[in-house]
Amino acid sequence: MSNIPSDLCYVKSHEWIRLEDDGTVTVGITNHAQEALGDVVFVELPEVGVELALDAEAGVVESVKAASDIYAPISGKIVAINHALEEAPELVNSNPYNEGWFFRLQPSDSEQLNDLLDADAYAALCEEEA
Amino acid sequence: MNFRGQGMGNCTSLFDLHGAFGAKIVDFGGWDMPLHYGSQIEEHHAVRQKAGMFDVSHMTALDVKGSQARDYLRYLLANDVDRLTFDGKALYSGMLNNDGGVIDDLIVYRMPWGYRVVVNCATREKDLAWMKRQASDFDVTFEEQSDVAMIAVQGPEARQLTAGVLSSGAFSIDKARLVDDLNVFEGHECEGWLIARTGYTGEDGLEITLPANEAKALWSALAEAGVRPCGLGCRDTLRLEAGMNLYGQDMDDNVIPFSANMGWCVAWESADRHFIGRTALENIRAQGGWDRLVGLVLEERGVLRHGQKVVIDVDGEYGEGVITSGTFSPTLGHAIAMARVPAGTGDRARVEMRGKLVDVRVVKPCFVRHGKKVFE
Repeated sequence: MSNIPSDLCYVKSHEWIRLEDDGTVTVGITNHAQEALGDVVFVELPEVGVELALDAEAGVVESVKAASDIYAPISGKIVAINHALEEAPELVNSNPYNEGWFFRLQPSDSEQLNDLLDADAYAALCEEEA
Repeated sequence: MNFRGQGMGNCTSLFDLHGAFGAKIVDFGGWDMPLHYGSQIEEHHAVRQKAGMFDVSHMTALDVKGSQARDYLRYLLANDVDRLTFDGKALYSGMLNNDGGVIDDLIVYRMPWGYRVVVNCATREKDLAWMKRQASDFDVTFEEQSDVAMIAVQGPEARQLTAGVLSSGAFSIDKARLVDDLNVFEGHECEGWLIARTGYTGEDGLEITLPANEAKALWSALAEAGVRPCGLGCRDTLRLEAGMNLYGQDMDDNVIPFSANMGWCVAWESADRHFIGRTALENIRAQGGWDRLVGLVLEERGVLRHGQKVVIDVDGEYGEGVITSGTFSPTLGHAIAMARVPAGTGDRARVEMRGKLVDVRVVKPCFVRHGKKVFE
């Protein structure tokens, strides 16, 4: 399976999570997800300050092919969103793990971080789905 | 090397090349076809701005010959092949059932030896069965062209680049001259190829039918000349921008031509020509009130999609329609759609998107031609 960075965590819904030094987490969708979606044309993100429960709807990615929901991979408060995606949604395709990030949140329950998948587990999941 | 994703479908003669060009392969009507070669949107822009090429070898090419081929096609098709006043001329038509429903849409070329008919891939078996059934009273024969490939080269520079390729050593100057001289909506044979100035993108371009074993050489030479390989993904966004119907989505056996924006290609003259579906259509025409296929434009964020409900106010009454094809238009930068709506629909409607009603504009179902926006 191509391009699953080992320094990130993952969830089943094909989102990646990066643990930042300041205790926040950054969330985006994986390379596998962007490939499956095709060209992304709109991204709808949550508002900064919103509190999201685990697995709550956090936004929508619309590609040429389909609309897909984005979920909060852990519960917490949105502290930043990637405004660049408003003008350049294609960043999700070209650079899903860096410039194509979606939002950053402050976890409200750090216990949930233990339930995230590592790169190997996520690779296995993708294999299974293929 | 094996690039096949499913490994179950039919493959065109270009299949191995698609893999080498990095295609993502999907099943399309039983064929393993390229969806895109990386970015559907970049391929779309290539066709609007320069030139792209599509493998459309999955389409069905059928030659109709015999002393009554003309009479037969005048009976079979809603459009009149007598409009083909010289060899090489092409005609778009619906093939209707007795109720006036569209069995398929197709292109027919008049040839020195009879007619070449090109029908859709997913409808092949149904079409052939119907065509043969209707032929019992006519002296006609059918020859399906199974050992051919079809390559559509589309875009403002498509003809120029193709002529350049064909005039080089590996091909022939006669073919290059034909490409230069060809008029819109005409196709002529040259050394075993049928080269037609037709397409499904709203741009100038060619559809070339050639022996399957010559297809790879042409594809590779065109790619080298700067013609971008394009998949079925952008073929759909291009045709939808151009307001061209997709069979099975925008119309089917239960939809009459008037409700599919195909009324223009029902030839009522001459009045004594009896074609299949004529009686039914005359009755419907006398009654009026059929649904219309219109264009929808959403200028804010979001993408209109096939199957979404359209809510309309028709003279103060609640009305409903449905999106038959919807997409994000790469040329316009917003969503467009075709929708079937009740007669009397005005210039505003609402679409149910993800649980919310969103305002859209109703326009003629044609959005982009020759790279430019065409609706007001």
